[in-house]
Amino acid sequence: MKLKLALVQMDTRLGVMSANLEKHLDYIKKAKGADLVIFPELSLTGYILQDLVPTVVSRPTSHDPTFKTLLQASKDTDLLVGFVEEDDRHRYFNSAAYLSKGEVVHIHRKVYLPTYSMFDEGRFWAWGDSVRAFDTRFGRAGVLICEDFWHASNPYLLWMDGADLFYFISVSPSRGLTTDENFDSAAFVEHVGQAYASLFTSFVAQTNRVGYEDGINFWGGASVYDPNGEQIAKGLYHEESLTLAELDLDELERARKRLPLLRDERSALVQRELNRILQQRGRTF
Amino acid sequence: MLTGFIRSEVTRVAFKRVVLGLSGGIDSAVACYLAAEALGPENVLALRLPYKTSSPDSLPHAQLVIDALGIQSKTIDITPMVDPYLDANPDMDKIRRGNVMARERMIIWYDHSVAFNALVLGTSNKTELLLGYTTHYGDNASAINPNGDLYKTQLRQLAKALGVPQVIQDKNPSADLWAGQTTEGELGFTYEEVDSLLYLLVDRRYNPEQCVTSGFKRDFVDTVLERVRRNQFKRMTPLVAKVSNRTVGYDFLYLRDWGT
Repeated sequence: MKLKLALVQMDTRLGVMSANLEKHLDYIKKAKGADLVIFPELSLTGYILQDLVPTVVSRPTSHDPTFKTLLQASKDTDLLVGFVEEDDRHRYFNSAAYLSKGEVVHIHRKVYLPTYSMFDEGRFWAWGDSVRAFDTRFGRAGVLICEDFWHASNPYLLWMDGADLFYFISVSPSRGLTTDENFDSAAFVEHVGQAYASLFTSFVAQTNRVGYEDGINFWGGASVYDPNGEQIAKGLYHEESLTLAELDLDELERARKRLPLLRDERSALVQRELNRILQQRGRTF
Repeated sequence: MLTGFIRSEVTRVAFKRVVLGLSGGIDSAVACYLAAEALGPENVLALRLPYKTSSPDSLPHAQLVIDALGIQSKTIDITPMVDPYLDANPDMDKIRRGNVMARERMIIWYDHSVAFNALVLGTSNKTELLLGYTTHYGDNASAINPNGDLYKTQLRQLAKALGVPQVIQDKNPSADLWAGQTTEGELGFTYEEVDSLLYLLVDRRYNPEQCVTSGFKRDFVDTVLERVRRNQFKRMTPLVAKVSNRTVGYDFLYLRDWGT
């Protein structure tokens, strides 16, 4: 079976949902023929929202005007979008929604909110509290948002929960000038994407936005890795674009026959040792 | 607390004096009263910087403050500095002309901050800062500002409590950049109206709909909110293009009071 992915690396208007929604619809049109269109983190709102967070909320239901439109668009093509989710008790989450055939299939709330160096997410967002894989019409998948996939435990949990398709969405700032083609931050995201694909013999597709917010640039550079760790698609750096990738899902079988890492993974041992470590150290993290 | 603020932020960086523009209006009068109490009147230099079209009341009103507090003062007519530039650019509208005057005054404050070994004391109030009713790098320029978190309405109350001369308290607010200019005339609403709205929007975090429910007209709420949004740049330092892993303004984070 084949899965046609369209990875969007777009700029957003900060805090202007109507304009961003328009752009989503444009890209969905441009990606006609794709099975799944993946948008970056907070694609409906922009990233450094600070006190704008409560002004750009949506709820992933058909009663919400933004999601009503997106759910309609998901009848032909599956969609993964980034948005600000407000719960009934007025907590705000940096969330991603997977939509398919007019239904909300899965919501992931960002679990790790970077609050160090240039990042201040812990100040503005509530912490997500679960990492779950979910079934799609192309296989079992998992979604992580930016900092979530800098923590190896998250992709591991998704892998154990049955995910063969890893979708990583981010707003990764360009930082760290090097003599290479790109910044430190881009190299890191590409390295870990490739590493997870190799170690979990799974597909990894990541997309990242472009543009600027108050002097901070985002580098784009979507990429897709197959279960052998081979890069099978690469987007442009720094420019708005649509990256298309055709995933041959049969490659999962071939890779795992060659390299049975999943078969041999001793998750019960991991659990036992982790319990021991946490108990001995008296730490809960 | 405000006098403690001035004393602490001036003395910890090894200064003991402040210099400020004294316009004859209520905001700079309040700042003079606070500074004189915080640092002693001999350590406050009030600069009166009239232009030829300035209101004739401005100088004598400023003099009332100088006399009441016993602070140091100096008067410099900015007309001979401003006019050659205005004369060379006869197409300038009143906004540009007003900006030139405000920035000329800023030049003189900062020059005297060196001559008088003093920090520049800002006097912009919270209402002006939020509405952006300031000249960027002009009257909004300062080293420290005791007034910036007080709405105009609150500064009026403070002026009364401090005993600022009644004639200054009773004046119609004006930037005095052209003849007959009044702030409320230019903004299109009174300070009392806008302060009570800003208090809900900013301090109490009401959303626009909740402000309308509380009795404000939708147009007024939208106009004020849009003005606050458009002027955010005046409240911030210039944007630096981030390329490295550690950038001034983003992740090179120390207080100004670092080491003091």
